[in-house]
Amino acid sequence: MTAIILEALIKIALLIGGLMTAAAYFVLLERRIAAWIQDRRGPNRVGMPLTKLRLFGLGQPLADGVKFIFKEEYTPAHVNKVLFVAAPILILAAALAAFAVIPFGSMIPPDWFGRTEPIKLVVAPGVDVGMIYVFALSSIAVYGVILGGWASNNKYSFLGGLRSSAQLIAYEVPLGLGILAVVVAAGSLDLEAIIHAQTTQGWCFLLQPLGFLVFVVAAFAEAARLPFDLPECEQELVGGYHTEYSGIKLLLFLVAEFLHMITASFLIVILFMGGWHLPWGLTGDPAAESIGWVPAIVRIVALAVKIIAVIVFFMVVRWSWPRFRFDQLMALAWKVMLPLGVVNFVVMATVEQFGGSLSTGVKMAIGWGTFVLSWVAIAAAGPLIADNRARHDLHPSQIDSQV
Amino acid sequence: MKTDDPEITWVEEPELGLAGKMYLPMFAQGLTTTFKHLKNSVAGKTVTVSYPEQEPQIDAPLIYRGVHRLNKDEQGRVKCVACFLCATACPAHCIDIIGVESPWEDREKYPESFTIDELRCIYCGMCEEACPVDAIELTSLYNLTGRSREEMVFDKEKLLSVFDETKDREPMQSAGLGGSP
Repeated sequence: MTAIILEALIKIALLIGGLMTAAAYFVLLERRIAAWIQDRRGPNRVGMPLTKLRLFGLGQPLADGVKFIFKEEYTPAHVNKVLFVAAPILILAAALAAFAVIPFGSMIPPDWFGRTEPIKLVVAPGVDVGMIYVFALSSIAVYGVILGGWASNNKYSFLGGLRSSAQLIAYEVPLGLGILAVVVAAGSLDLEAIIHAQTTQGWCFLLQPLGFLVFVVAAFAEAARLPFDLPECEQELVGGYHTEYSGIKLLLFLVAEFLHMITASFLIVILFMGGWHLPWGLTGDPAAESIGWVPAIVRIVALAVKIIAVIVFFMVVRWSWPRFRFDQLMALAWKVMLPLGVVNFVVMATVEQFGGSLSTGVKMAIGWGTFVLSWVAIAAAGPLIADNRARHDLHPSQIDSQV
Repeated sequence: MKTDDPEITWVEEPELGLAGKMYLPMFAQGLTTTFKHLKNSVAGKTVTVSYPEQEPQIDAPLIYRGVHRLNKDEQGRVKCVACFLCATACPAHCIDIIGVESPWEDREKYPESFTIDELRCIYCGMCEEACPVDAIELTSLYNLTGRSREEMVFDKEKLLSVFDETKDREPMQSAGLGGSP
């Protein structure tokens, strides 16, 4: 019993330490990538303290953290203090707790203390409803945003909170539909089981490209990243729901946002890109009960590389796509992503039920055919296109009478 | 304005083509542009100058408006004839001249004291334009710093030393007394 608790605590310590460091360094990466895309250099000065070493600006996250901690933590007089303090704690706690069931590798061999079972690289191994748990916690994170916006008692914060709640409720539906098709194909809600299913069936983004697209778009919206960052668009809402926050509370909000992005990347990689799996047997035998050190490390590295690639994609998209208008955002969720998600789910469920004997190539063809056909159909229907041109066929008096 | 006026040409927003309606081709196009910039920047083709290590390249030092200098003639005397035209032209009133009778034959007056408050100066270059003998000129020295306000009030000796410092890089507009030809 003690051993189990100790093992879980060590994993939690590793994971929280790793995630917080990763979030800090992803902020640096985001700033460097933003600078590179804009033909600048980005923060490259801060290195080791007390030395002249610069190390490509790797000291910047530390300096940022110290700056946030030493800034005045101002609480305006007009806020609801309890909720104002609770919101950042809630959002960070929910963002971190979601990682309890997310595997950050496969397993490592039991070479110490006379253990016989391999150590699974997930805090809570074998949770059968892992996917639902992640989904529930990402919904709780919305509470942090809404509470922060509401408790601030400021119209910009409030608008940001409202927008966030509307957006997240809208995009949870296509997100769920995207997950559902994968779960039906894998036959389990356990994230490790979903990875194992993909090692035999093939990666889900090849088999279900439509579901992949729906899920990625919904994940961008859930993480409130550009082009869906309406809850905090600076041009309209000052800072959105965290306008009134400063110091370490603001830092908690910002870290939680990056953790959402990391969670989204983990889910994209685990659900659709095979998790730690690499083709051609590079990651050892997926069905084996226990693995050696080499495949264990290869699996961890493969997962990390895939996740970093997805995060870099998140960051590059930020500077490629303009922000949606709010009505376009809603139209995209309800008129495009929801029907596409339903179509994908119906097709995949049918294939799963009746196409058990089909080869992987045929399944892929069905997936890609569904993707192309439904995407072209949606484009032809054009629900996102609003015709704002002036009506010259009508006489002004006719327009007046209509108004 | 009547909307049915035949004089009016209505410019219509074009209809979206299939590629535009499909969104993804346009997205790929945008992403390609972004990646091109990313690739060039990672290869080192950025426009940023890493300032303290790398000096910015001033393309036309003769027309750059930096720190002032007081020019000297061939005999090493100050060229200024204390006519006060620069002080009159200066919109920031940062030039302060005390003119006295000249000890030399070729002019009536010369500046006994000539001070410019570099902190008041707005570097508009109107003193340079006003000067009839091309005695005051703006150099391309851009990194003017000091530790006190007093230090930033440049007197005649300081302005003449700026000339000694910059005369080889930036030649005077006219050599002799009497303005540009």
